[in-house]
This record gives sequence, structure tokens and C-alpha cells, in this order.
Amino acid sequence: MTAQADSPAGAPGAAEEAEEGRVYTVGGQDWDEVVAAADDAGDRPGAERLIVNMGPQHPSTHGVLRLILTLDGETVTELRPVVGYLHTGIEKNMEFRNWMQGVTFCTRMDYLAPLFNETAYCLAVERMLGIEAAIPERASIIRVMMMELNRISSHLVAIGTFGLELGATTVFLYGLREREKVLDLFELITGLRMNHAYIRPGGVSQDLPSGALERLREFLGVMPGQLGEIRALLDANPVYLARTKNIAHLDLAGCMALGVTGPILRATGLPWDLRKSQPYCGYESYEFDVPVRDTCDVYGRYIVRMDEMDQSLRIIEQCVDRLAGGRPADDPVMIRDAKIGWPAQLALGPDGLGNSPDHIKHIMGQSMEALIHHFKLVTEGFRVPAGQVYAAVESPRGELGCHLVSDGGTRPYRAHFRDPSFANLQSVSVMCEGGMIADVISAVASIDPLMGGVDR
Amino acid sequence: MTAGTPADGPDQVPPPDPAALAGRERLAEQVARTGMFGVSDTPDTSGYGGLKVRRPPPLSSQPPYGSYFDDVADALGASLEQSGLSFGDAVERVVTQYGDLTFHVRREHLPAVAGRLRDDPALAFELCTGVSGVHYLADEGRELHAVYHLLSITHNRRLRLEVSAPDADPHIPSVVDVYPTCDWHERETWDFFGIIFDGHPALTRIEMPDDWKGHPQRKDYPLGGIPVEYRGATVPPPDERRSYE
Amino acid sequence: MGMEEKLPSGFLLTTVEKVAGYARKSSVWPATFGLACCAIELMATGGPRHDLARFGMERASNTPRQADLMIVAGRVSQKMAPVLRQIYDQMAEPKWVISMGVCASSGGMFNNYAIVQGVDHIVPVDIYLPGCPPRPEMLLDAILKLHDKIQNMKLGVHRERQVEELEQARLRRLPLLPSLSGPVPGADR
Repeated sequence: MTAQADSPAGAPGAAEEAEEGRVYTVGGQDWDEVVAAADDAGDRPGAERLIVNMGPQHPSTHGVLRLILTLDGETVTELRPVVGYLHTGIEKNMEFRNWMQGVTFCTRMDYLAPLFNETAYCLAVERMLGIEAAIPERASIIRVMMMELNRISSHLVAIGTFGLELGATTVFLYGLREREKVLDLFELITGLRMNHAYIRPGGVSQDLPSGALERLREFLGVMPGQLGEIRALLDANPVYLARTKNIAHLDLAGCMALGVTGPILRATGLPWDLRKSQPYCGYESYEFDVPVRDTCDVYGRYIVRMDEMDQSLRIIEQCVDRLAGGRPADDPVMIRDAKIGWPAQLALGPDGLGNSPDHIKHIMGQSMEALIHHFKLVTEGFRVPAGQVYAAVESPRGELGCHLVSDGGTRPYRAHFRDPSFANLQSVSVMCEGGMIADVISAVASIDPLMGGVDR
Repeated sequence: MTAGTPADGPDQVPPPDPAALAGRERLAEQVARTGMFGVSDTPDTSGYGGLKVRRPPPLSSQPPYGSYFDDVADALGASLEQSGLSFGDAVERVVTQYGDLTFHVRREHLPAVAGRLRDDPALAFELCTGVSGVHYLADEGRELHAVYHLLSITHNRRLRLEVSAPDADPHIPSVVDVYPTCDWHERETWDFFGIIFDGHPALTRIEMPDDWKGHPQRKDYPLGGIPVEYRGATVPPPDERRSYE
Repeated sequence: MGMEEKLPSGFLLTTVEKVAGYARKSSVWPATFGLACCAIELMATGGPRHDLARFGMERASNTPRQADLMIVAGRVSQKMAPVLRQIYDQMAEPKWVISMGVCASSGGMFNNYAIVQGVDHIVPVDIYLPGCPPRPEMLLDAILKLHDKIQNMKLGVHRERQVEELEQARLRRLPLLPSLSGPVPGADR
């Protein structure tokens, strides 16, 4: 490992000449010399400072986050996060695609919670189109159910990586095992395990296939036991408690100042959840609680996430009951307005999945209007009236907001996503400075940042 | 939005039709795009070139705004009076659209307005969820907009502040002293739009590499990308393709 | 390099190739370069259902110094590209690269200023794996194809001969389409 006293800019490509200290290069078998040289440095202030780069590639599985730590022994005196290693230009790319295609781009921002990105975007588009009331109820119920499933799968990765980074690899395997169940459900319903492009402006792209409700009920029966297994491993584990209790403290004032939302905010004692305070997609009609702790530490955030998964299972059960009971079979999942609703009536054909022969017969043989609508939607896309709007959803990491500006055309004029990880990650310095270097790992894990969302 | 003059007698001019007024307003706006789909650089006759699409006229709402918006506007006005500013000085335009309230704030008064919004108990917008930029290339003198979204947890309300600056002088005062969360958001807006936030502790690039030239999300910056080759054809990068607008 | 480089061509060299190939392919240690969404599917491949441990690959070495295989999983941005190259350089021979996902193979759906249009601009790639993201089974298929490649890798004089032949074949090859990329240098035209 190379130890250098470096200029504090933290920029990549550090300066060759150190302005504030001497450069020691350690080659191996020479630790005594390094220590002697460091001792010789005398009592110059900061002479025993060590700057360590936890570079963009590191074992912590939260992605390409670079942390530059200034250490005094084991204590972190300064922490500078550097982001931008996953910047994809999604927002600018969305300006060159029409409103329906924007879903496939925005879904890849926060890639562990893709359905939340899609929902925030679709809610914003629907508000601008003025069709919020016209979204079919079945579509809203499916949206809620898919979002809560996604919340579970995202929290499972968060808890799994909590364990993995602290050395408890079994938790990681348990989390991934449960997550596979959720991904199976996603694959059954949306066709893909990740990055689904399932929730589209106007509704969802296709209805639940047959057998989905049975599979969901099976899942609901099995999951509480599996979550109990994870809890049994961690909740009262003395090693885990020692690593997470009273670590990475961030109280309510700090959260407000730093714009932090999500489980971190709920672990400070404030029960702020957009699903309860500014409900969307019909959340006001579901019974669920908002888990809250007031310990402001890593352990509190872990418990909040575990409880949120239990509440998500409650909501999914209510959704499944509503979808199963007493609804007419031909309830649509896409808005009936033919100028907006995406014409995807898919069916299983002889050569795979494609547009259903009935739909093709209809547009080619029966209705010229339907053909024109289909054509215009697929080539040009629908137009959204001019203006701007901000729609927010409660994603597993916090408030995910979508700010859209339209100029009246078929493409967004500007699409900006307020990603929760981007705001939450600013708090990592506040949480870690003054603590030990090993607590940096716990702190970053408790923020659960997702670099795709941070960098977009 | 418009009020016709009341007719006093048979020889008075009848009140102008609101639809006609709206039409006149629309036709007075600058043309944003001409021609529906179709290309102009090749002899491709597959489009319709006669269409002129005009920019939508700038919205301005008059009080009463509806729902909680009046409370916010009145409380802000009262709060600003105490520090010697009037509501009309600080806020040049109020827009209510799609259920959102937007104050277009003059940039020199932005820190004061933000401070009052955060500290006044009747307003209590504790959380700023971020800053983003928008580049209106056609808006002479007001090209760069910075949009702030505020959230009041106490009153469960949302508010949008919009500040504009010309390309020639892209300076906007920073609100990091009021809302420290805007630190990274302002860095991002500088990175992507070139808006310089005066008073920011360390305005450096955050998403692009440190030595990148240009501000990518401006409208005059190309999307980049390469032409993709297939057998016998190429597909140009997304910003150079024919567009069916 | 090693003793195998000095063996003359013949039965002994082919036996050493088989043994070395078998040993190398059975314990490939991936240096997971998990960047974006594909990294999640990579983690899922290491999970209990699609078990990467049955190939001896569950020990993902986080230090590139001890890694054999770099799986570039996800989109590589312009800022990340020098880091990618540095990690690749820090790996010791023999090393292989799988570019997982369309973003790593070709830039994917992000044909713009921020993404490197294919990591083969930066590092030499052995297996390209399309998908957005590719399923764990697809990644396992790519890994098995790589195992075949590793098993059949030639050593010493055989390798030199193979490289010569490949180079001659490439130089003789005519372009697919005459006009797109201009005349190929060295082609017989």
C-alpha cells in the first residue's frame, strides 16, 4: 500500500509535488523505514496524517463510489466522497426520445428500484397530460403491488450488503435467495428480472398473466418466515450490535439540513413517508404503518428497513386481494384514451410473444382510426402540453422526484430526477468524520446509496 | 386571465372574445419550430413543411391562486415586508399549473427569499429537495433557469422557486448557507449548465471528469455518440436523426 | 516465462497445455468490476440459485493483483475509463476479460457523450455478452465459453504459430462491405 501526504484537493491525478507533506512510497519489507521517517517528521501539524483512497473499484458493493479519507491512526478526520464515475447522461438522452421511450431510460437510473423511477416519471407525465383520474384502478393497484415488491427486493440487497460488508456473508446469501423469489415474480409479470419498463404513462404495459395471483399468494406465505431467518441472524447478534449501535449518528436537524429522506430520516424519529403524507396511486386506501426508530444510528436504519419489508408484505396482500376479488375480467390496465395508451395487446403466438392477432385484425381490417392511432403513437408518440411539473414517490432510499419540462412536443424538453441517493450521500462525511475507518463501511452501507441514481 | 371592458351602451365596443385574445397572444409569440416531420437538407419530400409551432406564451397567474398557494404567498409577502422587501420586488411572476405553485424569483433576492421560506413558522419549508437547471436557448436574456423544489414537512406543502440568468452573465447567488443540501446540487447544475453560484464553498465539477470542457446538458451541446454501422446501413447518433416532431 | 515456454512443439507441449488449461479454467478468480445494473446480476450469479462456486469462481478477488478474469459489468463512463485501464494493467498474466452487458460491449442504449462505446476501446475483450442485463444463466454460458477458450489455449511455440496464422488470415480477409470503412490496409485489392 502506498502512503502519501497529498494536496487536499482530492482530484484524480494527484499532484506530484506534495505541498503539505513528504511522499513515502512503500515497496515492501520496509515498514521500519517508513515509520522511522514518519517519526522524523517531528511535530509538524498533520505530520501523521494518512490519506487513503478507497477508489472507485472496491469490495463494497455499492458501486463506483470513491472515498478519500484523511486518517489519524484509525480515526477519520476528513472524508471526501467523489462521485460521477457512473454518469451516463440519461437525462440528456431522454430529451431525444419520446415520452413513452423515456421510461426505458429512466428505469436504469436507480437500478435496484427501477419500478420507482418509472412510477415517478409516469406520474409526472400523467399530471401534465391531466389524465391522473383516468388511470384505470387495476393499473394503480398493480403499480402499488409492483412497487412494494421492488421495495422488498431493494431492501434485501441493502440488508445483504450490510452483512457482506461487515463480514457476515451468510446474510448476503440469504438476501439473494429471497430476492430470487421476487425476481421470479417480476419475470412472470413484466417479462424481465430488472429494468422492466413495465409502468408506462397511462397504466402498465400488460396485465398479470394467469397463475400470477397464485404465485403471489405462495410468495406471501413463504416470505415472513424467510425474513424471520435473517432477523434471527442479525437482530440480537452481539457482533452486529457492536458494529452498528451508536455508529454514524445523524439526527433530525442534520437530516433536514442535508436534505436526507427515507429510512435514514425515519430512524431519527420523524415518521415522514410520502405514501402517507402525499399519497399517490391510491396509497391512501391501504392499511400499513410507517416504521420509525429514534436511535439515529446504523442499527436503527437496519431495523427500519426490516420493518418496512414487513409492511410491504401487508400492502402486497391487500393488493392481491383486490386484484383477485370481484373485478370484471376485462378491466383494462392501460388508459382507454387511444391517443395516449400504448397499443401493446400482446399474446403468445407460434413464434413467441408478439402483438395479438386480434389486435392486428382490428387495426388492419376493422378500424382505420385505430390504425392511425397505433401508427402515430409508435412513430411520433403522444404530445404533452407545455409546462413543468414535479412528482415524487417514496422509493426505498428516500424521496425520488421527477421534474419534467415540456414544450408541447413529443419529447421532454428537460427531464431531471431528484435522486434520493444523491442527496443522502452528502451526509456520509457528517456521519463518518470523527469515527473509525471501519465505521465508514457501516455508514455507507446504512445510507444504501445506489451510484446509478447518484450519477444518472 | 383576461378581463374584458364592460359594455356601457350600444355604441361601446363589445368585449373582446377570450378565445380571440388567446389566439392573438399565441400568434404574437416567437416561432419555436417550423415544419412537421421531414428533412430539409435532402430532397426528401415525405414531410409537411408548412407548419409553424409557436412557443407557448409565458404563464402568469393572478391571485387568488387557490388551495394553499394564497397562504404561502401572503405569508411570504408578510415575512419579506419585515426585512424591507416587497413581494412584488422579489417575485416577478407567480405560476400555478398542474397543481404546483411556482415563484419566479429575481436572482439578487434569492437568498433572502430562501431564508424567509425556511425560517418563518407560517412557511416552514425545511427541506430543499434540490436544484436543477433548465436551458431555454430561445429565451433571450433569460436562458439559464435554476429550479429549486422546496418541501414543508410541518405544513405538508410543496413549492417551486425558479430563478433565471442570462447566458452572458450566468451568476446566481448560492443558497448553501440556507439549505446545505444544495451543495452537491449546485455543483451538478454548474457542471451541466455553467450556472455559477456565487458564494458556494467549492464549485467544482461533480459528474463529469474534472478537466471536461463544456457543459453537457445545455441545449447547444451535442448529445455526442457515434454512428452505428449495420450491414449496408448506418444509424446516426440520436441527436442527428430525422425527427418526427 | 515458465518452463512451458521452452518446450519444443510436440506431445509433451500439448499435454502441458491440457493440464495447464484444466488447472487455469477450474479456478478462475474474477476481479469483479461491477459498475451498474449488470453488477446486480453478477452478484445474483454468485448467489445461491445460480451458483458460481461450482466453477471455483466464488472467490472474487477484490484486488486485481490476484485476479484472472475481469468481468466488466455495466456501463463505463468517461470518468471511469482510466480507472478501468489501470485495474486491467494491475492484473497479472494470464488474464481474460468478459464484457458483460450491451453497455460494456458496445455502449448499449447510451449512445452519447458520457459513455465509452464499448470497453474494447480500452481493454482487449475475450467474450462479449449481450443483454440488458444478461440473465445469470447467460453469464454462466459466457463463462463456460471462456472456460473452453482457456482450456484450449496454446502455449509456447504453438501459441506463436497460432498468432502468426491468425494475423495472416486477418490480413487476407476482405471487408464485408466495400464502401463503409474505406480500404483495408494490406488487403489484396
